[in-house]
Amino acid sequence: MADKVLMKGNEAIAEAAIIAGCKHYFGYPITPQTEIAAYMAKRMPKVGGVFLQAESEVAAINMVYGVASTGTRVMTSSSSPGISLKGEGLSYLAGADLPALVVNVQRGGPGLGGIQPSQSDYFQATKGGAHGDFHMLVFAPASVQEMADLTVKGFDLADKYRMTSMILADGTLGQMMEPVSLDYEVKAPIEKPWAATGTQLKREHNVINSLYLKPEKLEQTNFERFDRYKQIEESEAMYEEYLTEDAEIIVTAFGIASRVAKNAVNMARAQGIKVGLIRPITLWPFPKQAYQNVIGKAKRIISVELSMGQMIEDVRLAVECKVPVTLCNRTGGMIVSPEQVLESIINASKEVNA
Amino acid sequence: MKTTNYLFAGFGGQGILFSGKVLAYKGLTDGKNVSWLPSYGPEMRGGTANCSVIVSDEAVGSPIVSNPNVLIAMNLPSLDAYENSVTAGGKIFVDSSLVDRKVLRTDVDVYYIPATSLASDNKMPKLANMIIMGKVLKEMGEFDNEDGVVNALKKVISAKHADMLEINLNALKIGKDY
Repeated sequence: MADKVLMKGNEAIAEAAIIAGCKHYFGYPITPQTEIAAYMAKRMPKVGGVFLQAESEVAAINMVYGVASTGTRVMTSSSSPGISLKGEGLSYLAGADLPALVVNVQRGGPGLGGIQPSQSDYFQATKGGAHGDFHMLVFAPASVQEMADLTVKGFDLADKYRMTSMILADGTLGQMMEPVSLDYEVKAPIEKPWAATGTQLKREHNVINSLYLKPEKLEQTNFERFDRYKQIEESEAMYEEYLTEDAEIIVTAFGIASRVAKNAVNMARAQGIKVGLIRPITLWPFPKQAYQNVIGKAKRIISVELSMGQMIEDVRLAVECKVPVTLCNRTGGMIVSPEQVLESIINASKEVNA
Repeated sequence: MKTTNYLFAGFGGQGILFSGKVLAYKGLTDGKNVSWLPSYGPEMRGGTANCSVIVSDEAVGSPIVSNPNVLIAMNLPSLDAYENSVTAGGKIFVDSSLVDRKVLRTDVDVYYIPATSLASDNKMPKLANMIIMGKVLKEMGEFDNEDGVVNALKKVISAKHADMLEINLNALKIGKDY
């Protein structure tokens, strides 16, 4: 294995994308993810790729649409308000069944919000992200290594299912440095017979489009897309379990919040409290099975989030309200402390053992 | 099992983030788990800057250091802000050329290094950060493996600036021997 190097999360995403064969990056600067663009500006010309700072986020996502139409790996990145601007393009990508990678290094919202870390775009990312019936694959890295690993996986699955993969990170993960190994065996790109690459007068035209004026045809297209989503929900959900085996209290969190939560779980275990952690790695598909596994065993679930409580709704749906779920949160760019999570665990432990 | 949480704090431009990187790379070369987290707000354009570094035998949980074992305070606002957050038995390193008061805590080890004055006396005015780091590395036992320190510094100083390696090493040694 190659030596590990220290990299910022933002840089790890950029380098992993290049290793995965992404040759086109379009973006517009915004804190806290600008290092992705800066890295791409430096690296892309050296690998024969294209770095282009677009005139706006809207332009960037439509450039992504154009390149994706040719079956070429392409990405853009932004942070919360910038992702909202890309919304129309995200919906068009879904409507045209195009593969792309979109990175959201979240900051506090709503509105222009702040520039400190947040997880308050969970609803936006997992429930579609824009108008129309659609989903994106949503990955929630919790380390710099996962920022890189899930970028590579994101490109692979985007191609496989012809849809957008979103990396849903936050300002902390983007800015922090950790040791990372970028030693990947890169798979050969899959065939894309649908791509608009020129017919050479040997085949019919491939049409890339999201406009269907006949409702019967649009409905049928949506049905077929959702058949594909069903298959993804059955096979692509990813999660990590930590000390859940005997746990009567489950803490659940994704991304940076899961690392704070893990500290708190260790502190509570040291006090003899039976507590474990479920960390979703994919947010869509949501790893329902992880939660269904603890029904009848866990007496309480605590959802730790850097938002006013968004994932908590999916947790409740997953356990079908058979386990009470409470929230432990900060928002607006503030980060939960291990002590705050520990206090929630201790209170829950007292209540369930009362 | 040992985890050390460091907090470096000072003005933007003092090389706070750079010093943190030296320590993180030293940990990495020693096979430890490390994390490095900068403040990234408007303070990086002036005002206060800080940087959390964790060096651990175990996987690093949260990268945010709210109760450092080791505080490096490169100016008075940093000492004022973080003195009380240091864990009991911890260490505080103070640039005593810029901080004109003593540490009030009595349950921590305190090291006063006039890093900024030493830097200008030695004609390396931008390297106060490395001078105080030299003392930190010595007191934390990191200089027991001097080659490791040199290798860490080589990783942090890019090839383009390789000519800066020697003066940085000299700065570390001034701090170490102070």
